[in-house]
Amino acid sequence: MALQRNKPLDLAPADEVLSRHPDPADSLIAVLQELQEAYGYLPEDVLLHVSHQTGIPAAQLSGVATFYAQFRLQPPGKYQIMVCMGTACHVNGGQTVADAVEAALGVPEGKTTPDGLFSWEKVACLGCCSLSPVMMINGQAYGKLTDEKVERILEELRRTDGGEG
Amino acid sequence: MRFLLGYGSCGIAAGAAAVAEALETALAGSGHALEKVGCNGLCFAEPLMQYIDDEGRDHYYGRLDARSAASVAARLLAGEVPEENLLSEEELSFLTGQTRIALRHCGLIDPESLAAYEGAGGYRALRAALSGTGAQVIEQIRISGLRGRGGAGFPTWRKWQAASEAKGEKKYVVCNADEGDPGAFMDRSVLEGDPHSVLEGMMLCGFAIGACEGLIYVRAEYPLAVRRLRIAIEQLRAAGLLGENILGSGFSFDFRMMMGAGAFVCGEGTALLASLEGGRGMPRPKPPFPAQSGYHRYPTNINNVETFANVPWILENGGAAFAAMGTADSKGTKVFAMAGKVKRGGLVEVPMGLTLRQIVFDICGGIRDDRPIKAVQIGGPSGGCLPASLLDTPIDYASIGATGAIMGSGGLVVMDDTACMVDMARFFMEFTSKESCGKCTPCRVGTTRMKEILDRICEGKGEPGDMERLQGLGESIRDSALCGLGNSAPNPVLTTLRYFPEEYRAHIQEKRCPALSCAALRKYRIDAAKCVGCSLCSRKCPTQAISGQIKRTYHIDPAKCVACGACRKACRFGAVELYSGEAAQ
Repeated sequence: MALQRNKPLDLAPADEVLSRHPDPADSLIAVLQELQEAYGYLPEDVLLHVSHQTGIPAAQLSGVATFYAQFRLQPPGKYQIMVCMGTACHVNGGQTVADAVEAALGVPEGKTTPDGLFSWEKVACLGCCSLSPVMMINGQAYGKLTDEKVERILEELRRTDGGEG
Repeated sequence: MRFLLGYGSCGIAAGAAAVAEALETALAGSGHALEKVGCNGLCFAEPLMQYIDDEGRDHYYGRLDARSAASVAARLLAGEVPEENLLSEEELSFLTGQTRIALRHCGLIDPESLAAYEGAGGYRALRAALSGTGAQVIEQIRISGLRGRGGAGFPTWRKWQAASEAKGEKKYVVCNADEGDPGAFMDRSVLEGDPHSVLEGMMLCGFAIGACEGLIYVRAEYPLAVRRLRIAIEQLRAAGLLGENILGSGFSFDFRMMMGAGAFVCGEGTALLASLEGGRGMPRPKPPFPAQSGYHRYPTNINNVETFANVPWILENGGAAFAAMGTADSKGTKVFAMAGKVKRGGLVEVPMGLTLRQIVFDICGGIRDDRPIKAVQIGGPSGGCLPASLLDTPIDYASIGATGAIMGSGGLVVMDDTACMVDMARFFMEFTSKESCGKCTPCRVGTTRMKEILDRICEGKGEPGDMERLQGLGESIRDSALCGLGNSAPNPVLTTLRYFPEEYRAHIQEKRCPALSCAALRKYRIDAAKCVGCSLCSRKCPTQAISGQIKRTYHIDPAKCVACGACRKACRFGAVELYSGEAAQ
């Protein structure tokens, strides 16, 4: 986080998002979604900037941003893992998958690994119930998981990125 | 001959992309193209290809991978009908036992083609309706007896009638595509497999109530559904079926799509409207109902995806044809998303009035590994857990309601004897307490208190009086929460207390989990008769709780054991067994 502070954020993408919305208060959720798309998360400085530009109180922005599960206030990992906690996954061992992800990454839910590679969270339902238990990594679903399979998938991704960073 | 491949997000997750590539390579130069279609609901057999021969006969090839797909396609092209990967007649009873209306095109047409939808009769109902009146549309919906498929089951025509009678300079149609019930995926399949049917249903509603715009509130977690809706809307615009004065009828209509940002409570109508307006998705008291004062205070009609998907069929075939199916108070068909421990999971659309047993056993083939069925969770987090003794309950709004559960959006999760009912109740309270919007105290505080009590019981710290406390809290929340989701949040607890009280008592009084599911209440031990002393378990144990000598029986020290199950998984002789209760102390 300290590093983030030293580097001033480029606010041009935020202005570009705002320019697409004539009534940003009415389409606030879409505005926040596009901001998150541009920055990967919703940095505080960006939210304050949006508040200055639009006159929407910062408290209102924060209220909406914290209400919905989709919005992140911290930078995510390069690989964002969503572990499904839907009913079907629960019955078929979703908790085992969550435990395996946590053990493999060594960080609690909602946090990013120190190398910035992975972040993970539990989500309500990914809608692939017949493949349960399921997790999704950057939009790709992995089904019929076991703890060994989770380890293998994460190890694979880690190896792919071994040369970088 | 035609080659159709299920290409919904579930099929893709099961590996349909690699299969598609293999099939396209195999078909190249043969004069036949692979048709990528939506999910036809046979999720258990994905990736799945449907082959239609020149006589129009269907052959389904399931559980394909790149290699088997290439081989099957090559042999089909050579005029053979290979047996490998061919689904058996028994497996296909999953499909033949169904009556499909909402899912009528899913898996049969290219969802990204307007021509394919129109070729299957699409937009005929709209064209016909535009030459008549809105009142005639509402009349057919009234005759059909269609009730809202999103959960509450309110008669659709009444909502439409109210919105059409309401005064306002503008009116809106809203499609609730924020399918948030964990365990339900029928709306995703309809949006991915037949987006035009939903759009046509919304336009018919718009025409009937005099609305100018249709708003679709769709989950951001359904990227493929969003993409296909977008394509469908663009196709309509290009074909002149959207915009001002459609087909010279004087009716003007357009669509706008908005992505939800992940909040279960937005499935409630007024919360959804608050979210559409850019705010926190919190419900407000009714009345006024959205039909009088909805999106930006204008009269608004809200229905869910499945409801709208039924509408074009009803207008095409007449309300009476729909009403001919089902029971006295529940007409037509309902789609269920079958998941859990059934042999064949997927989407099942059947006439109302079938029993749970018919769905679970006749269509879905019964329980995996032929274990005994213990319960059926119906209606998602607002629904209830019904015991095996109620399997002959017919599926209609009144009969399901009488059991204490609700029809809900149609998620059906089947559980065998390894499922703990107290843990299921805890799971749903964890979900609802997390998803509570926080506006009203009964739901915000009440669901959290209930979850805390259930956590304690599952950890073996249950106290006398816990069951009564849960019952009392549940009834208070049911009677006093602000919105429908709050009112129904205690249902999973109230139904398990009603049908499985002995399981609560075992947890509370004996600190025993009869299903051997609650981690804190189960222990592992080694059966001396089966142990060969190979030491594998002791090497796998993360806490060094297992000791012994090679070729002699090993032992687990209960004080060190954390019940992770690594030893049981490692043992090749089935010597590690689970137990719970007195002997565990």
